[in-house]
Formats: sequence, C-alpha cells, structure tokens
Amino acid sequence: MNRYTWRTAGLEAVMIAVALVFAFPVYVLVSMALRAEGDDSSPIALPNSPTFANFGDAWQRAGLGPAIGNSLMVTAGSVVLIVALAAMAAYPLARSTRRWSKSVFAVFMLGLLLPFQLALIPLYQTMRDLGILGNPLALIVFYTGLQLPFSVFMYTGFLRSLDPGYEEAARMDGAGPVRAFFSVVFPLMRPITGTVVILNVIFVWNDFLTPLLYLSGSGRQTIPVALFGFIGQYVSQWPMVFAGLIIGVIPVLIAYFAMQKRIIQGFAGGLKG
Amino acid sequence: MLPALAFFAFTVLVPSVQGGWFAFTDWDGISPVKHFVGLDQFRKLLDDTAARDAVVTTLLAAVAITIVQNTIGLLLALGVNSRIKSRNVLRVFFFAPAVITPVVTAYLWKYLYAPDGALNSLLGAVGLDGWKQDWLGDPDLALWSVVAVVIWQFSGYSMVIFLAGLQSIPGEIYEAAAIDGAGPVRRFWYVVRPMLAPAITINLMLSVIGGLKLFDQVWVMTQGGPGGATDTLSTVIYKQAFQFNQYAYSTAIAVILTVFVIVISSVQYRYLSRQERNSA
Repeated sequence: MNRYTWRTAGLEAVMIAVALVFAFPVYVLVSMALRAEGDDSSPIALPNSPTFANFGDAWQRAGLGPAIGNSLMVTAGSVVLIVALAAMAAYPLARSTRRWSKSVFAVFMLGLLLPFQLALIPLYQTMRDLGILGNPLALIVFYTGLQLPFSVFMYTGFLRSLDPGYEEAARMDGAGPVRAFFSVVFPLMRPITGTVVILNVIFVWNDFLTPLLYLSGSGRQTIPVALFGFIGQYVSQWPMVFAGLIIGVIPVLIAYFAMQKRIIQGFAGGLKG
Repeated sequence: MLPALAFFAFTVLVPSVQGGWFAFTDWDGISPVKHFVGLDQFRKLLDDTAARDAVVTTLLAAVAITIVQNTIGLLLALGVNSRIKSRNVLRVFFFAPAVITPVVTAYLWKYLYAPDGALNSLLGAVGLDGWKQDWLGDPDLALWSVVAVVIWQFSGYSMVIFLAGLQSIPGEIYEAAAIDGAGPVRRFWYVVRPMLAPAITINLMLSVIGGLKLFDQVWVMTQGGPGGATDTLSTVIYKQAFQFNQYAYSTAIAVILTVFVIVISSVQYRYLSRQERNSA
C-alpha cells in the first residue's frame, strides 16, 4: 500500500497546482511591496527593479513600531492570563463529578455561543465609566474573559482523556491538590497548552473590531487598527501600504511557523475529548 | 476557577445580559435616562428594510461559507493525507492564510478585485477579457466576492480539523475495505465519512457561527456597500451604535443575531450529534 504510483504523482501535481492558485494573492502582495515608485507595469508582472525602500517608508509613516509594541503587550498579557486561568479552571471541572461542576462547565460553554456583538456596547459603557477606555490593559481583561470558554473547553477535553493516576500518585507522596496541579498536571498538559497558546495568539493579534472600538482615538493602537488607519491615509500608494501590511503580519507568521506542529496535534486531541 | 469566572462574567455574561435589557429601552447612548419601551425596537426592525436585507445577507453568507469552505477543506485534507511527497509542506502552507490578519487579507483582496487590479489583469492575460468584472462595485456580485475571500482564508482551517479526524482513522480499516473491493468513493462514504463525524460537527459549527458574525472583511472591503448590498448584521450593529447613536436599536439587532446563532447552532448540533451516534 505504500508505493508511490502514477496516481499519487497525479494527485501531487493537482495539489501543487491548487497551492499555486491559493498563493496568487500572496504573490501579488509581495511583488507590489517590492515595486519602485513609478513602476506602472501590470499588477501580475514581476517588479521592474525590486526595492526594499517601501518597507522603510511604511515603518516610519504608519507608526508601526509603537503599534507592534502595543500588540505584543496585549497579546502576551492576554495569552498568559488565559492559559493560567483556563488551566486552573479546567482541572476541577474535569475531575469533579459534583453537580456544580457540570453547571459551571455549561455556563462557560454558553460563552462559546454568545456573539460578543451583544456585549460590545454595554461593555463600552462600563469601560467608559471606569475610565479605562483607550487603555490597552483593558483589552487584556477583555480578551481574557472572551477567550476563556474556548480555552477551558480545550483543556477540559484534554484532561478528561488524561489518566488521573499521575496525580493520585503525587497525592499519595504527600502533595496537596495545589502542588499536585503545578508539579504534575500542568507539565503533563504541555501539548494542549501549545495549541491554546498559538490559537489565542492568532486570535488576539488579528482582532480588529474590539480595538477599533475600545482604543479609538487613544493613539495607542494595535496592529490591525494601525494598518486600517494607514491604508485610509495613503490609499493610492499601494506599494508602501502593501509593505506595511507585510510588516504587520510578520510577527504572527513567525509564531505560527515556530508552533505549526502543535496545531494539528491539538485538534486531534480536542476531537478525541 | 473563581478568577476565571470573574473575568468571564465581567466581559461576557454581565454585558450580554445588559445588552439584552438595553434592547427593550429607548436609550441613545448619551442621555443618562433609559425608558422601558417593550418591543418597540423590534417593531422598528420589522419596518427597516435595510436591517431586513442585512438578515438575508448574513444568512446567505453563512450558508455559502459553510458549504464551500468545508467542501474545499475536506478535499484539501484528503489530498494532504495521502502519500504525496509535498504533504507536510502543503499542510503548513494551506493553513497559513488563516493566520494572517483578516484586515490585511481583506485589503489585499480589495486591490485584487479593483477594476484595473490583479484579478482582471490575470483574466486579460489568459484571454478571458469577457470575464472581467467590477467585483466589489456590482451589487449582485459584491457579497460573493467578499464570501470568496473568507473561503480562501479559512479553507485551510477546516482542512486541519478534517485532517485531525482522518488521522484518527486506523489504516487497517481502510485497507480492509480496499481488499473487500470497495472503490475510493464507496470507501469514503461508508468508511471515512462515519469516522469523520466529530470533525464534521466541529467544522460545520465553527463555520456557521463565524459566518453569522462576519464583520472584518466586509468592513475593510465595502463598508456594507454598494448601496447596502453587503451589509451584515454585524456591520449594521456597528453603524447603528457608533455612526447613528442608536444604541438601543443596535442592541436589539444584536439580540436578533444572538437568537440566530443560538437557534441555528443548537438545531445543527442536535442533528449532527444524532448522525454521530448513528454512525458510531
């Protein structure tokens, strides 16, 4: 069954052709960003004399440095909080058989369904009243609350398929429940933590609507909103705008390529749970 | 667990309940007084053709995204779950668009779709001048152009979930079916499809919910235009609240969206989990 046949070769050719179709927009993105000023060749042709000058211009004019700083802070802060809180919440939810544990789990799962458009406006008012509108720290609180249901769901599923024997052994050696969690359970959850981290990094880094509302006018924007404003300002200068877009997605692409193996494994674990 | 519940209550539960309550008031977002007006906001919605159109647009977009994205995702997963040499590279590659900020992909496609943009240039270059379109300017076409971008971006996401399901199928089952003389189509239908049921459930749920909440791509590419042709419930909620100061009306539309999401996904979940049980 493991021969490489002509049919396999045919499938390989088809799949690579499909990949090229998928890649076409990315090709246009890169080739436009490398274009020198006044290069009016067709958008699908290669640039006449490739240049990196657009990247420098975009970096300065779009204020991408501070925006990347804000995005990094918000993403890192939210993901650390999400992982810590979700892992600790999932542990009793997965292990306890009492009735309250089922109800709490159901409340979290309700959060998977509620569209945040419903909470958007009342929360805007609350943040305005508390005076934290325009503060990136408020976004950390928001993302943590918003992404907990999904992360609790992933952790609980994983924990249910994990043999409780390890914790029981630790308990017999005299470790309390807290100690057993931190020195035995949390390290065992590494694979699912990887998945929760990468999926939350992608979500938080890319989110547009929330910072558009909660940070508007503060001058402390995250990357998607900074890019959106930059596009609006330099709308016809495609090469420079495209260079800015590329700079804005590089950090999340790096995170993805560093952790891509975890994604399929994590989904596989989630499907079993 | 208590801190987790506290964060969740502050950002999701409490504001959602407040949102549900605002929908029954006349609040404009500025005045400190709110009056209970019962179902007035919902009555207004019935007379508002723009909002009714947005409901239809949102449902159409969600259905189209769900069907096409999952079909492509499944085909890609079957392709990269084979013995082809490029399978590992292609898996990473097809998922990559799902990682890129939607604002960025939406803007890139806005350029591709421009009348003198890359897509029309490409059609011209291969001699298909007759197929050139004003992709985002034509009201009959704009929604499908936006939907195509979502599908392009998230087919890889569906692929990864299907792939995880395919990899959980033991190779022996597949080989036994082949030895019994089942062709590829029958093997897929009777062997692979039932075992893929959990992945199908997750994928359909995710794409329906994502489709119903569609915002970023529309906002960047068309802002709901031309003439409201691509307005979704989410863009209408945003416009009513932050451009027209109709806070109460905006939350009423958000309530409608919530009802759609909960009803559609629960019906879907019941149906799909029955299918899962039948095939187990």
